[in-house]
Amino acid sequence: MADTQSPGAFVEFERVQKSYDGENLVVKDLNLIMPKGEFLTMLGPSGSGKTTCLMMLAGFETATHGDIRLDGVSINNIPPHKRGIGMVFQNYALFPHMTVAENLSFPLEVRKIGKSEREQKVKRVLDMVQMGEFGGRRPAQLSGGQQQRIALARALVFEAELVLMDEPLGALDKQLREHMQFEIKRIADNLGITVVYVTHDQTEALTMSDRVAVFDDGRIQQLAPPDKLYEAPENSFVAQFIGENNTLEGVVKEIKGDTALVRLDDGELIDCKPVNVTQPGERTRVSIRPERVEYNKSRLHADAHTLKAEVLEFIYMGDIFRTRLRVAGNEDFIIKTRNAPDQVRLQPGTQIEIGWLPEDCRALDA
Amino acid sequence: MSDQTTSGRVLAADGTPLKTSLARALRRQKLRALALIAPLLLFVLITFIAPIADMLFRSVENQIVVETLPQTVSALADWDPESGDTPGEDVYRALAADLKIAAKAKTHTRLGTRLNYELTGASSLFRKSGRQVKKMDLEGDASIKDAFIKIDKDWGKPDIWRTIQTYSPRYTNGYFLNAVDMQKGPDGPEARPENQQIYLMLFGRTLFMSLMITGSCILLGYPVAWILANLPARSANMLMILVLLPFWTSLLVRTSAWKVMLQQQGVINDVLVWLGLVGDDARLVMINNQFGTIVAMTHILLPFMILPMYSVMQTIQPTYLRAAKSLGATNWTAFWRVYFPQSVPGIGAGSILVFILSIGYYITPEIVGGNTGTFISNRIAYHISSSLNWGLAAALGAILLAVVLLLYYAYDKIVGIDNVKLGG
Ligand SMILES: Nc1ncnc2c1ncn2[C@@H]1O[C@H](COP(=O)(O)OP(=O)(O)O)[C@@H](O)[C@H]1O
Ligand SMILES: [Mg+2]
Repeated sequence: MADTQSPGAFVEFERVQKSYDGENLVVKDLNLIMPKGEFLTMLGPSGSGKTTCLMMLAGFETATHGDIRLDGVSINNIPPHKRGIGMVFQNYALFPHMTVAENLSFPLEVRKIGKSEREQKVKRVLDMVQMGEFGGRRPAQLSGGQQQRIALARALVFEAELVLMDEPLGALDKQLREHMQFEIKRIADNLGITVVYVTHDQTEALTMSDRVAVFDDGRIQQLAPPDKLYEAPENSFVAQFIGENNTLEGVVKEIKGDTALVRLDDGELIDCKPVNVTQPGERTRVSIRPERVEYNKSRLHADAHTLKAEVLEFIYMGDIFRTRLRVAGNEDFIIKTRNAPDQVRLQPGTQIEIGWLPEDCRALDA
Repeated sequence: MSDQTTSGRVLAADGTPLKTSLARALRRQKLRALALIAPLLLFVLITFIAPIADMLFRSVENQIVVETLPQTVSALADWDPESGDTPGEDVYRALAADLKIAAKAKTHTRLGTRLNYELTGASSLFRKSGRQVKKMDLEGDASIKDAFIKIDKDWGKPDIWRTIQTYSPRYTNGYFLNAVDMQKGPDGPEARPENQQIYLMLFGRTLFMSLMITGSCILLGYPVAWILANLPARSANMLMILVLLPFWTSLLVRTSAWKVMLQQQGVINDVLVWLGLVGDDARLVMINNQFGTIVAMTHILLPFMILPMYSVMQTIQPTYLRAAKSLGATNWTAFWRVYFPQSVPGIGAGSILVFILSIGYYITPEIVGGNTGTFISNRIAYHISSSLNWGLAAALGAILLAVVLLLYYAYDKIVGIDNVKLGG
């Protein structure tokens, strides 16, 4: 199938489908092309088929339909142990009856690598994850974070070019998780390996990845770099799933070039950027990020569209203020403002006017 | 609530040392726990521990000689068994006096039975003498020694006297010597004649066959446990019922079924003959020998191997195998290097269970064991119920118990008892 290979593709899913029971498709028409060295995250709610995709790539599940290629070679019929893909499992799956060093030299032993070379490689990878002194310990004698490092080291020790990680930080507390995110990213960049990373934590996805594939309902809803994903969601699922988001519902009145006039359900008219609305009369969900909403008239654009709003709640969060408003019938409209000396603290009950730039206001599917 | 005093002891709020306070608080809990187990404890103590202790005591107890023949024993103390002569007239007189009392109380036959274990013929000798000693006149001058020799010429030989003297102490190691195919000789313990040696061979056979049974249970049980642990819950439950099914049938029925299966005119031989694999005149002997015992006992004890294995295997997550394969291991390497070592505690638990159960097994070898497939326990049962040599039975039982404890200890040293898991 090398003829259909896309140039520069290292991992390639082509029209892949997967069903476990012959009735429901868990993965529906997955197409994905990854260049070498990319850090790609599969992000999505639980049950959206992320693990299934990873398992098909690793060879533990077979695709019901479609082709998976690694470096141009179709791997559908290659058993897992011949794929040479490193894998980090959510619960680490460190072998409890072996020491850390034995765990790490296991993949080298099955590859019939000599003893001295093995020891050397184990030592190098242990140093890389800063666990040099722990070679003689059993996994049970390590903390969660340390086990995580060893699991990572084990996936790297045999120099796999592709490493898969299935929610590897899921069991760690917040602080450790943030530290390990940084650590994994650093190691992956240093080694130049290709990583497919699965998580349901959007912060993790945004901070670590070169590109994020947002999964829902067995499909990739959007595949984009983190900033594009956040700032330019292509449909209302992505807009809702990534970061905080305000939605207003309405009907498209007219579309002129790159602005769409939307009549909100309470009758107000606003200008939006049409993303996946194409003609007047379509229902739409308008999405605005909370930090792009402005209520300070002096900072509002002259031609910015304004809407009336009532302050319902003011929450002091230290670095930012989070204010809940009623806007166009929506009582969960959030705005976020930086805690700056000149910032007004809005009192509940106050009537204000809010506005935003038309390009920050995206008209998405309903 | 606690406070550090200057002496460093922690005090509770009311000033009593915290340790005392805590102990007081825990005492009620402990008492309640004790009260809850007390009925079972009493029951076990009365019906189990006490009889076993009494039984084991019999393996060294030997009061009967000195109690039945007190005067004889003290008169015989000076006699030198090495001389080759019978003892003097005074000993025979003492014996006559003792026997008169014993015959009246009818205890002389029991003594005869006891001494018969050590010297064949002693039983009839005492029965005969007890009957006739009543007529003996101890006041006259007639030689009592001659009178005894007239009753039975065995009284004129040193053998019986040597036996009485050897077994006159209140405690004896004679049963234990007997249990390891030895006896008390003039120069201390010595081996029994070849044709009387049986127990060491039986112990050896029991151990060997128990090992064979344990081994076959491991071989047959491991795959079943593996399937049980890896099947979806519903099918696993179904299979589990099949595994447990034998428990619902009487042990006797199962063993007898094997008799029907394995005998020369039995099902298996018939099928083999029908298939032409063996000739009708050369039917296999599969019952009343070691083979039959091993087959039947493996079948009976298999669930005891499968259950602990299964409960250990259930806790081994399938991701370990996946991890091993993703690291480049073939199916076999993944199993052998990753799965198997984690399942060893289950094998250990099952093996201990099966081995200890089979080493003391009685019914099955009794029914299908024939002459070559019986266990030491069958011999113990024989001494308890037929030969009534309880002392020897107790000694054999004590040795069996010691062997099991020793093996358990060795197992703990080698494998480590912490590695044995019966569940989760
Ligand atoms: N081995 C399996 N057999 C049957 N259904 C499965 C199996 N594994 C996953 N599924 C189903 O497939 C769907 C996707 O699961 P999964 O890929 O694990 O999602 P995610 O990792 O995104 O949470 C879920 O609805 C799940 O119930
Ligand atoms: Mg998952």
